[in-house]
Amino acid sequence: MVLDFNDETFRGDFTYRNSAKAIARFPFPFPEDSYMYSVNMEPHVPGRPGSVFEHMFDVDEHYVSEMRDRAMVLADDPLRCQSLPHMALAGWDLLELIMVSKARDYPHWFTLTRDGNRWHWINRPLQIEQKFTFLDETTLPCGPMEYITRQTQGDFTLQDQRDDNLWLEAGMVTTQADWSLDFDIGMSFHEWHAPVPLAHELRVFDRALKFLLNLQLGAPVRRFNWTMTVDPLLDTSPENYPTWGPTKTTMTEGTIGQRQHLRVELQTLQRLPRSNAIVFPIRCYLIRFEELVSVPKWARRLHRVVRDIPDEIAAYKGFLRNKPLMLAYLSQFDDGASTSPGFWPD
Amino acid sequence: MSVGAPKIPVTVAEVVTVTPMVKRFRFVRRDGAPMLPFSGGAHVVVEMDDHGTRRMNPYSLMSAPDDTSGYEISVRRDDAGRGGSFYLHTHVTPGTEMVIGSPVNLFPTNARARKHLLIAGGIGITPFLAQMAALQAQGGRFELHYSARSSDLAAYADDLTARYGDRVHRYLDDQKQQIDLANLLPGQPLGTHLYVCGPKGMISWVRSTAHALGWPETAVHSEEFLAPPIGAPFTVELATSGKTIAVGPAQSLLEAIEAAGVVAPYLCRGGACGECETSVLACDGQIAHNDHWLTDDQKASQTRIMPCVSRFAGASLVLDR
Repeated sequence: MVLDFNDETFRGDFTYRNSAKAIARFPFPFPEDSYMYSVNMEPHVPGRPGSVFEHMFDVDEHYVSEMRDRAMVLADDPLRCQSLPHMALAGWDLLELIMVSKARDYPHWFTLTRDGNRWHWINRPLQIEQKFTFLDETTLPCGPMEYITRQTQGDFTLQDQRDDNLWLEAGMVTTQADWSLDFDIGMSFHEWHAPVPLAHELRVFDRALKFLLNLQLGAPVRRFNWTMTVDPLLDTSPENYPTWGPTKTTMTEGTIGQRQHLRVELQTLQRLPRSNAIVFPIRCYLIRFEELVSVPKWARRLHRVVRDIPDEIAAYKGFLRNKPLMLAYLSQFDDGASTSPGFWPD
Repeated sequence: MSVGAPKIPVTVAEVVTVTPMVKRFRFVRRDGAPMLPFSGGAHVVVEMDDHGTRRMNPYSLMSAPDDTSGYEISVRRDDAGRGGSFYLHTHVTPGTEMVIGSPVNLFPTNARARKHLLIAGGIGITPFLAQMAALQAQGGRFELHYSARSSDLAAYADDLTARYGDRVHRYLDDQKQQIDLANLLPGQPLGTHLYVCGPKGMISWVRSTAHALGWPETAVHSEEFLAPPIGAPFTVELATSGKTIAVGPAQSLLEAIEAAGVVAPYLCRGGACGECETSVLACDGQIAHNDHWLTDDQKASQTRIMPCVSRFAGASLVLDR
């Protein structure tokens, strides 16, 4: 266990690091040298062995420390996890999906034994063992969505589908890129996407909603999103803004390589069977610039993406202020050579 | 950008005659694995090789949604139709190997409803069978009003009464019994959602009555799969694929596109879900829009078509497919 998982922090002394193995499997989100919004979805099918796509839910070296950080966030602010009353069934759907997937994909870490509705769950990395009755909330220490997402990396939202729309009505959100579950809960698809610039004019959300309303059972999809974060802080929430917002103003040429992180979200979407709801797992991966530039292709490409991005998008993603510093740092690693297509390292 | 769900290879485990007009088919996976659970109101598309004609018809799942040992559908024989139900009734027996799609729900119950008022006509009972099983398991409040021609054609009525007691109300045409909608609807508690599945006339009667009584549109739900109508043959040009195809009288445009080897998106194949919507690049003639999806303005403009149910008459039709 000690060998499998890092003991690290996402606050205070920020001891979070990526091992060489974690860098090599980092989900670099840019398949080409420029970036513009697109729906960019593809089937979430098992991918390259060792990559973050290998399994339905990726469990990596940061697992145990991330779950410890989530527990701290929830202790400070319980509203980071909410579920409206009609979303309980979707919570059970999610619990089943995660337990079945993890027990299948990581049998050395997770075991699920089912006898009808009598279930027995073992999570070895977190030293949890639970016998409970499926669909009976009184047999778990908390609701099913909260129970399983305290044991699963990434944020989760559950969307009810009705009136030809999706409604964000449950979630566990502690590793977010500056949005608030407490603010967004109950909103429809266009409402919670309202702050995003440019994409509305491109009708990205109209097309995305139509696609999602017909998302099929057994056909999950995935896409990337990304932003920039100073220090490896998972909880960049609006609630917590006073503690992390000002850090952007403290960046210097000397610290940018170490403190600036590319923040990548592997977002997946899938239809849940019993509730007909859609679950939206948002898995956050952080990599400091110093780690990222150890892959020459990624260093060249990130320089070009940041250089050419429209200011509206840089502002929305919160890094317009430090764009010149980023370019000064990244340009050292861009010799102008061409890059190969796709996001995998050469 | 359509992502297809995996299809399910199944064996027919059981065929049961339910009424003189209705048979029930039970499908189990050929690989012995469990099915996924589903949500009440979901349907599957059943693929059939009807003597060389490939048919893909949607049927509501009627088994209990948490029964993962198999899926069940009930099919009413339609002797005047294109032949899908007739094929199932006459050629499919226990042991037949078939392929079905993954469940898709275009007729879900509303999870926020305080009460579910279900109105079924004839074979329209099938989605409600699954919905009531799920609502019962979750402690949901519901009431069924079920209308059929006669006692021997009221499929599952006795089972439902045995299971759900006075929450089931039965109306038989040959006894001159009719759902008293005008009195039933005003008496419902706030937060009730109304669901209707049955013949076209019944759906429009229920919807218009609810509308006249001031029910919110979002609290009224209906499901009617349109069988692709039979019609005169016509020819279509598929611009993207560079093919010109002939659509036969008992074939849908979508089926003709598929038969030509062109991949086209679909989900419901009944004019309801919008997945197969296709741009019309040129139209010299008249599109017979048979779908529930396009708006009246879109239909009049003849710039979009739903190939699962719609047809064409005229000199030429060119599609972006």
